[in-house]
Parts: sequence; structure tokens; C-alpha cells
Amino acid sequence: MAKRAAPEVNAGSMADIAFLLLIFFLVTTTIETDSGITRKLPPIDDEQEEPPILKERNIFVVLVNSNGDLLVEDEIMEFKNLRQATIDFLDNGGGLGDEACDYCQGPRLTSSSDNPVKAVVSLQNDRKTQYGRYIAVQNELVAAYNVLRDREANRLYNIDFTEMEDAYNDPEFQGDKDKLKERIGVIKELFPQKLSEAEPKR
Amino acid sequence: MSKFKKKGEGGTPAISTASLPDIVFMLLFFFMVVTVMRDNSLKVQNILPFADQVEKLDKKNLIMYIYAGKPSPRYQETFGTEARIQLNDKYASISDVQQFIKEERLSKREELRDKLTTALKVDKETNMGLVSDIKQELRKAEALKINYTTKQGEASLNLE
Repeated sequence: MAKRAAPEVNAGSMADIAFLLLIFFLVTTTIETDSGITRKLPPIDDEQEEPPILKERNIFVVLVNSNGDLLVEDEIMEFKNLRQATIDFLDNGGGLGDEACDYCQGPRLTSSSDNPVKAVVSLQNDRKTQYGRYIAVQNELVAAYNVLRDREANRLYNIDFTEMEDAYNDPEFQGDKDKLKERIGVIKELFPQKLSEAEPKR
Repeated sequence: MSKFKKKGEGGTPAISTASLPDIVFMLLFFFMVVTVMRDNSLKVQNILPFADQVEKLDKKNLIMYIYAGKPSPRYQETFGTEARIQLNDKYASISDVQQFIKEERLSKREELRDKLTTALKVDKETNMGLVSDIKQELRKAEALKINYTTKQGEASLNLE
């Protein structure tokens, strides 16, 4: 009997199959990573600690009410002015003696904060406030801190603070990580992010 | 009789497509490797607010996701339009949050447990009351690192 050669498999449709798989993975792929505003919640203390006494002038009250209006220190403010108002408050540096702030560039009013280290931004909201508005305000407050930190980082190290942080978080960063961490720490000490998110009152 | 025979008609030869599957397979493997499948199917409306002062959330395995928002249109008949929390694949109430955090913690390796971040994916139309309740529960569960997940964009877009 004649020896039959094994018939060759037609590979012409291989491309079609591969295309089918390719399109499936193309559709299901999400390459982008999530990003957002990172915050730290205060721990719940069991023992009722005496809250530290803060001077009225060192607290910057930002309230977003249920209509989405922005009230800063009990006065209505346009959303676009919030960032500058926060910067002015933090950078005021009205303190004297021990509380003096030698790197602040503000007008040193006696009605505003003593020192960025002492200044606290208190973000309050209503139970009916929309989340989107709350995030918008939160974003502006974080932006104000970032502007000031960038300024100091540029003055001391000629680099943006946000750039330093990005480099620090980059796992492929080639360089002196300890030095970078120390520098970030210094800037954070100059402008500590004291942003308190109070529980809604109503 | 000429010594040199004219070869063919001089038209362009057909391009071989034999290597096409290889190319496509290469692309296929690339996408297979970078694909992250959606592990949760969303049952709530989830239009995230915008922000531009953001940090990236790397290390996907160290993130616990909490979704909140009003139910998607196809669930609204049964569940109404009141904003709800979604944990994993199902609706949950505020009291389930602590248990969820505990379970997530237990499923991770011990040395990673305090590096966990909670990502709050909350619809921008949700009331802050619900978000505050979640935050309060997270404080009780000692999951203090949180991230308000946002889309990249000007914050003033939220006000429209």
C-alpha cells in the first residue's frame, strides 16, 4: 500500500483566531491606574483626651453647606478665590517671639495665623453636601499646601516639592533616597498639612 | 532564441502574509500581560469627581475598594434611588464595612496588612452623610489610610 504523507494543516486561519483573541484583550484592558487625594483619618481615642487649646486666629474654618455654598470664616466666598485665601492664611506669619515665622512671606496681620506650624484648616460639611463639591474644596486646600511647599522647596533645594515626592515614590529612582526623604521631611515640617475633617454637624 | 528569458510579467510579487500571525500573537501577548480584569461588576452609579492634586495608587493588591452611589438604572426598580454602599459584588449596609475590612486584612500577608489603603470610589452626587458614616466605620476598624479616588481634571468641573 502506498505510504500516505501526513496532510499539512492549513494555517491560514491562524491569523483570524489570533485577531479574535487580540480584540478580546484590547476591549477588556484597562491600563490606567487609579489616582486620588490621599488622606489619613484620625484614630479614635478611647480615653477622652483634652483637645489642645487653639487660638481662634489660628483656625481657618471652611464650611461647605447643603446648598453647596462655600463659607470661609462665616463669609460666603467664590470657589475660585479659595486657594489664594488659604495660602494667605497659612503664609501670614503674624507670630512674635517664639512663634515668629522667618520664611513666611505674608502680610503678618494680627487677625490671621501666627505660624504655618500652628495654623489649622478645618473643613466642615453638612450631611447633605454633595460629595463632588466636597472633593473640589478639599482639592483646593491641598493645592494651597502644595503651592507653599513648592515655594519653600524651590528656595532651599531648587526643585518642586511635588517633583521630589514623585521621585521618592518612583521605585526606579536612581539616587540618594535618604537625602530625598530628609528634604521632604524638612519641607513637611515647614508647612505641616493640618487639615481637619470634622464630622458633619447636621 | 534568446539566452535570457524574461522572468514573469514584471508585476509586483505578492507579499507573503505568513508572518502575520506572529505579529498578531506578539500584540496579543502584550495585551494579555498588561490586562487587568475588572474584578467587580458595578451595581452603583459611579461618576467620580475631578481633582488635580492627586497621588497615584500603585500596588493594586494593597487596595480595598469601597463603592458608593445610587443604584444603577437597572437596579433602581428594586432598590430605589437612595445612595448605597457596594462591597465586592453586592450591596451592603454601613454596619458591614468593619467586617469587610477585617476580611480583606485577613486575606493579605501579615507584613502587608498595615500598608493597606482604602480607596473610596464615590459617585459625585452622593451626600456627604453617607461618606462620613463610611469614614467613621473605617476609623473604628482602624483602616486610617484612605484615598478619595478621583478623575484627573480641574476641580472647578465638579461645580457644574
